[in-house]
Amino acid sequence: MDKITKPDQNDPLSFLKEFTAARIAIGATGSSIPTKQSLEFKLAHAHARDAVYSAMDIEGLEDALGQFHRPVLQLHSMADSRAQYLQRPDLGRKSNEESLNRLADQITGDDVVIIIADGLSAIAINENVLPLLQLLIPKLSAANLKIAPLCLVEQGRVAIGDNIAHELQSRLSIVLIGERPGLSSADSIGAYLTYQPKPGLKDNSRNCISNIRPGGLDFKSAADKIFYLVQESFRRKLSGVELKDNEGLLVG
Amino acid sequence: MPYQHTVQGKVYRFDNLRILLAKASPFRTGDALAGLSAETYEERVAAQITLADVSIKTFLNEAVIPYEEDDVTRLIIDSHDANAFVLISHLTIGELRDWLLKDETDTLVLKTIENAITPEMAAAVSKIMRNQDLIAVAKKCEVVTRFRNTIGLHGHFSTRLQPNHPTDDPRGIAASLIEGLLYGSGDAVIGTNPATDSPQAVMQILVLVDNLRQQFDIPTQSCVLSHITTTLELINKNAPVDLCFQSIAGTQKANNSFGVSLNLLDEAYQATLSLNRGTVGNNVMYFETGQGSALSANAHHGVDQQTCEARAYAVAKKFNPFLVNSVVGFIGPEYLYDGKQIIRAALEDHFCAKLLGLPMGMDICYTNHAEADQDDMDNLLTLLGVAGCNFIMGIPGSDDIMLNYQSTSFHDALYLRKVLGLKPAPEFERWLIKQGLFDEQGNRSATAAAGLLKDMGNLWIK
Repeated sequence: MDKITKPDQNDPLSFLKEFTAARIAIGATGSSIPTKQSLEFKLAHAHARDAVYSAMDIEGLEDALGQFHRPVLQLHSMADSRAQYLQRPDLGRKSNEESLNRLADQITGDDVVIIIADGLSAIAINENVLPLLQLLIPKLSAANLKIAPLCLVEQGRVAIGDNIAHELQSRLSIVLIGERPGLSSADSIGAYLTYQPKPGLKDNSRNCISNIRPGGLDFKSAADKIFYLVQESFRRKLSGVELKDNEGLLVG
Repeated sequence: MPYQHTVQGKVYRFDNLRILLAKASPFRTGDALAGLSAETYEERVAAQITLADVSIKTFLNEAVIPYEEDDVTRLIIDSHDANAFVLISHLTIGELRDWLLKDETDTLVLKTIENAITPEMAAAVSKIMRNQDLIAVAKKCEVVTRFRNTIGLHGHFSTRLQPNHPTDDPRGIAASLIEGLLYGSGDAVIGTNPATDSPQAVMQILVLVDNLRQQFDIPTQSCVLSHITTTLELINKNAPVDLCFQSIAGTQKANNSFGVSLNLLDEAYQATLSLNRGTVGNNVMYFETGQGSALSANAHHGVDQQTCEARAYAVAKKFNPFLVNSVVGFIGPEYLYDGKQIIRAALEDHFCAKLLGLPMGMDICYTNHAEADQDDMDNLLTLLGVAGCNFIMGIPGSDDIMLNYQSTSFHDALYLRKVLGLKPAPEFERWLIKQGLFDEQGNRSATAAAGLLKDMGNLWIK
């Protein structure tokens, strides 16, 4: 048998890799992708798949969230399982009955509610939500914004925040949710901000800050951007397309 | 008008054609999400048996979305060719399937009924066809289009080179583009999805690709897949627009959600035609479609997602497109859950579009939350190659780092050409041979690639 070669190092296109993260210059064996690169791709996909099926570490997160001295509410959408969550986005947008009862018991009328949901990558939440909150919550507190109980939502989609925030009568919601994993990163958080959240809002009513993770948008920049949007949103009494379009800070 | 069928004493009743079509559709999550699927396996087959007995004339009298409410329905009915229809008008949907599969129903015969079959008829017959039927009939169809080269000839198989970059960095786009060309990709189009819809960014990519094309005299065409209004604006600023792109869907309301109307599409079509940039032909439009888009825009009118998709082909057809493809697995598992559903949907889309006379290609793809992987895509790639699909995507290592999904790689296209003996577009193949990138047998030459690369690299990278 021939010795296995390393075509990537021989690929004359290697120098192009400097300009893009695309999988260029991976070489070829015959017409096909060489073994090493083929398995690298599989590994990246495996990470993404594992992220989709990961679960939030509820106990660990609840313990850790204690440092913010706010009550923590454990909530669940109407999607019972991951398989159902993937097939029925409508169920992932609604709280189940037990959660609704839990929300009904709360004192309401705070300024900001932070809703943490697994989305399509619980790993992202498990690994990255605390360092983000450690930067964000002090900013909100320093601005004298009253923060509602912290909500931890299993099998949740972005719009479930509308329903939760409405129940709690919060003026603004920040949904921190695990984003759909890509091949290069499976641990990104997306932050969605909605002014006067209520059920039935469309995506154009929100502002999104994406790719929050070490190696993507770092926690400090993310916290700054979210805080900036919160302030602007309260000042101008809106969120969504109009807020985004007028602000150069958010471009790029 | 109600339709019904009795299976072992149980009567299945379907109140109208719209419901019958939905219940007869092979299972997919999007129809379940919309509440349109058959409740049981038996009900689905009962619906298929019922549908097989429906005369195809019925489809001209019973619209799934009312004529008065929807301009796509009006387009379908008003452009129907009653003279060509005479050949098949006596058939039921079941008989139409048998007729399509007959040896006598060859490429030429199929060509004569392109305008006689409505999208709903095509969707209906596809629902009672097995995957091999969809392949066998599509294979007989030949839809050829031309701009700077010729796409869709039997025995040929093309690729759209898709050199996307997350920030539209011209060097990043150029890097993927150059690699793709050296792998023989890009005869269908060099088509970049811009990360933003900013006219300046789009213009920059258009100029980059056009310069490269002219410098190396590449017989292909370029496209930046911005919104059609952006493209129109750029045409008015004399941007080098070869093909005009737009995503389209099968209902007026869904098209509105994309920010387009038939009038706007026509305006863009006329504007692009007037540039007169094609050399061997003047098919100038590029459309993308995909099952589930109407439902996701809440604009499906209770029509199943595959029938909605077929209706989008009527919109495409009006503008004599150079390329059309479904972005089949991009929409996600709530519409097409797994490899099986994606493969089925892709074969349906390819079949329906070809039957209606469209130059159909396919973005063979999936997202990371779908139950699918590269093996599923290899299966689909091979099946579509056999079915005579006009083109697929070419993306470095299958991984689109801007749109975050997996499609087909440069390598995948070479695999398919090799195992099925397919060739690129003739003009493009001659260019590849002339540059020494490939030999007459279609084998790659890495040395020539290195030489050409130096020239290209000097142009763009330093």
